[in-house]
Amino acid sequence: MLNNLPFFPPQASTSAAQVDALYFYLIGISGLMSLLIAGLLIGFAVRYRRRSRASRAGAVDGSMKLELIWTIIPFFVAMSIFVWGAGVFFHLSRPPDDAMNILVVGKRWMWKLQHLNGRREINELHVPLGRAVRLTMTSEDVIHSFYVPAFRVKADVLPGRYTSLWFEPTRPGRYHLFCAEYCGTRHSGMVGWVVVMQPEEFQTWLGGDARDVAPARAGERLFTNLGCATCHNPGSGARGPSLQGVFGSTIALKGGARASADESYLRESILDPQAKLVDGYEALMPTFRGLVGEEGLMQIIEYLKTLEPAAAQPGGTPQS
Amino acid sequence: MTQPPAPDRHYLNVNYGVRSWLLTVDHKRIALLYLGSVTLFFMIGGIFAMLVRLELLTPEGDLMQAETYNKMFTMHGIAMVFFFLLPAIPAVLGNFLVPMMIGAKDLAFPRLNLLSWYLYMIGALFTIWAIVAGGVDTGWTFYTPYSTAWSNTNVVPVALGIFVAGFSSILTGLNFIVTIHKMRAPGLTWFRLPLFIWAHYATSIIMILGTPVLAITIVLVALERIFHFGFFDPALGGDPVLFQHFFWFYSHPAVYIMILPAMGVISELVACYSRKRIFGYSFVAFSSLAIALVGFLVWGHHMFVSGQSVYAALVFSILSFLVAIPSAVKVFNWTATLYKGRISFETPMLYVFGFIGLFTVGGLTGLFLAALGLDVHVHDTYFIVAHFHYIMVGGTIMAYLGGLHFWWPKISGRLYPEWWGRLSAGVIFVGFNLTFFPQFILGYLGMPRRYHVYPEEFQVLNVMSSAGASILGFGYLIPLVYMIWSMRYGKPAPANPWSAAGLEWTTPSPPPTENFPVTPVVTEEAYAYDLPARRLPEGTHV
Repeated sequence: MLNNLPFFPPQASTSAAQVDALYFYLIGISGLMSLLIAGLLIGFAVRYRRRSRASRAGAVDGSMKLELIWTIIPFFVAMSIFVWGAGVFFHLSRPPDDAMNILVVGKRWMWKLQHLNGRREINELHVPLGRAVRLTMTSEDVIHSFYVPAFRVKADVLPGRYTSLWFEPTRPGRYHLFCAEYCGTRHSGMVGWVVVMQPEEFQTWLGGDARDVAPARAGERLFTNLGCATCHNPGSGARGPSLQGVFGSTIALKGGARASADESYLRESILDPQAKLVDGYEALMPTFRGLVGEEGLMQIIEYLKTLEPAAAQPGGTPQS
Repeated sequence: MTQPPAPDRHYLNVNYGVRSWLLTVDHKRIALLYLGSVTLFFMIGGIFAMLVRLELLTPEGDLMQAETYNKMFTMHGIAMVFFFLLPAIPAVLGNFLVPMMIGAKDLAFPRLNLLSWYLYMIGALFTIWAIVAGGVDTGWTFYTPYSTAWSNTNVVPVALGIFVAGFSSILTGLNFIVTIHKMRAPGLTWFRLPLFIWAHYATSIIMILGTPVLAITIVLVALERIFHFGFFDPALGGDPVLFQHFFWFYSHPAVYIMILPAMGVISELVACYSRKRIFGYSFVAFSSLAIALVGFLVWGHHMFVSGQSVYAALVFSILSFLVAIPSAVKVFNWTATLYKGRISFETPMLYVFGFIGLFTVGGLTGLFLAALGLDVHVHDTYFIVAHFHYIMVGGTIMAYLGGLHFWWPKISGRLYPEWWGRLSAGVIFVGFNLTFFPQFILGYLGMPRRYHVYPEEFQVLNVMSSAGASILGFGYLIPLVYMIWSMRYGKPAPANPWSAAGLEWTTPSPPPTENFPVTPVVTEEAYAYDLPARRLPEGTHV
């Protein structure tokens, strides 16, 4: 409905209307406040200009009642904005469970994206209309930020860590993709397009290039080539914990702490295995830093996600 | 009311020569040294700003290359924030006025005061050298790991310059706190202090508590950049977001170092030109302290999309809304001061109106940014750029110029030309709004900040902004010219040209080196404009 306003960004996701509603609420409040202040300033300036003969009788230089009024009313107005803003923020930070995952790696000065069937893109992201999409993102160098104004979403993309954002497109079209965190010389060239397609078109587009290997399959290859299976195979003598069903489980760590095995945990365990040792295992695993890049890591994690929890194994360590 | 005659001997002519200025321990002369230096940096920063706006006239990068553009906005930010906005009001007006307003001969530690100017200058020269030797391109925020591992520019020299200048800030804060505690004239109780003093007291607390954190952060950046210690770079085992926590732990309160003294200036001016005691004195005074303290707890609102936890974001969001309340209280109290006043519209008062209007817009748009769900969209866009320029330029610089005009007769012993003053205040207000209001719209449209080239649909608003910047730049040149002109050709100023309350107006213009021939004894409240001696006859125009 707001898509034809001049100087207003298109509304192309389910979140956009929510963010805009909050924006208009704030414009309303600010407009009223500004008018009130400006009206009083100008009104007093005219009425009580030095040469005016308006009565100054009863001038006061303080009033507890007024101070309370103009402390308490702004306080409640501010809290209403806080609650509304927090509500929208929770919505933006919680992707639906059935969201379609896409991998994103930022590097100076390009966006590399990969769909889970293997289709790769650079500086362009094709997504289907009406389907929630979740991006799992990391950076190969400095901090970037993935920003699609038409969706009203943005999240920093950090080296050494995974961040994510999600959106559900509601309108077909081509929308700007910007890097919003200054990342060096060609920061303003780290831009691209998000293309929202009808679901059928998207399926055709997605299957268009058969040379691509799905990240989970590529990850499986890496897993084998790097020799991970030597220790992490349930049948190998169990020098390392079994990885069946590891993703999403709760891990008991040496020292009694617990960790939730999300993408960041798995990434850290590959690059810095000693940081969080699984209870009952020796610190035998070497680091794989330098042997596998950011995209490879994402692929291995995608592979690990496909490993279903095995039936209880004789002699195995319970995972949770 | 009789006023003391213009003196033969005053602080400006007590002795002559370069040595008498470079080795002075007189707070008034040190204030003038600062005035010259911050003006220089304002001009340097302004030139960078004009070049940035010139480049952004067109969507393509046709005026300069990306590297150059990135250095331009970086050095604009560094020059303006660290070498102009932070010292402007405290080190120029504060230095001149804190002792005079409390009836003291000087600050508590005059030599330390001179040292702080030298530290500022060493830091400033270091930075100028680094700029001339190639510049720096990290943005004034120095985000890691870009600044520690990837930028090929002079990060360490510039950081060192800021590090050294930071000590000048710490020493000034220390000097003000001790002076305000120990050197008030007899009878000048805390609640008789001008609000300018309260504001500077609150500012000094931030300077002392916050600046060391910046210094430590700079050292860590330098250690990582030179020796590859892994503090912030994940490739070395560090955490890039840790830097943002450190940086904003100082740099958010630093915004209050810029705006609190400005609020102090506004309180003085609004009382004088409405001929009234300030409305809600103690609320205005304590709101300064509240801002200074709560201001230390809101740094995380710069990082809502940086990957910090959702719950941390919630806490920082609610605290950011809370810190807005004392600012609103001040605006309401200034407005109420006008009620039943006798308002006149000399140049400083025009700046007051400008300040209140622009600060209100800046403050209200701060609510947009504190609202979590909305900040996600506008963070790191031109909306932010517009917001903080409304606070720092619309707020701080308007108040600084208003204060400079107000106290100019005291500082220089000459009157500035009123007609030109009013004209430039008007030009600056119009130019400012034309420059920065379109940037709010541009930001909501989605234009990210620090973009050298941009999509074509953003051009109209950028052209408006650049046009406004040229008007704004012209507006700033007018006072520069007539202030210098007035030092020689301005009408000699009486001791108290505005019939203002306050101890600084009881001494001749310009004041003698010792400020007060006899230590004054204070018997009245601040802003006693209703005393018969200061009551202007009906219809008087000053």
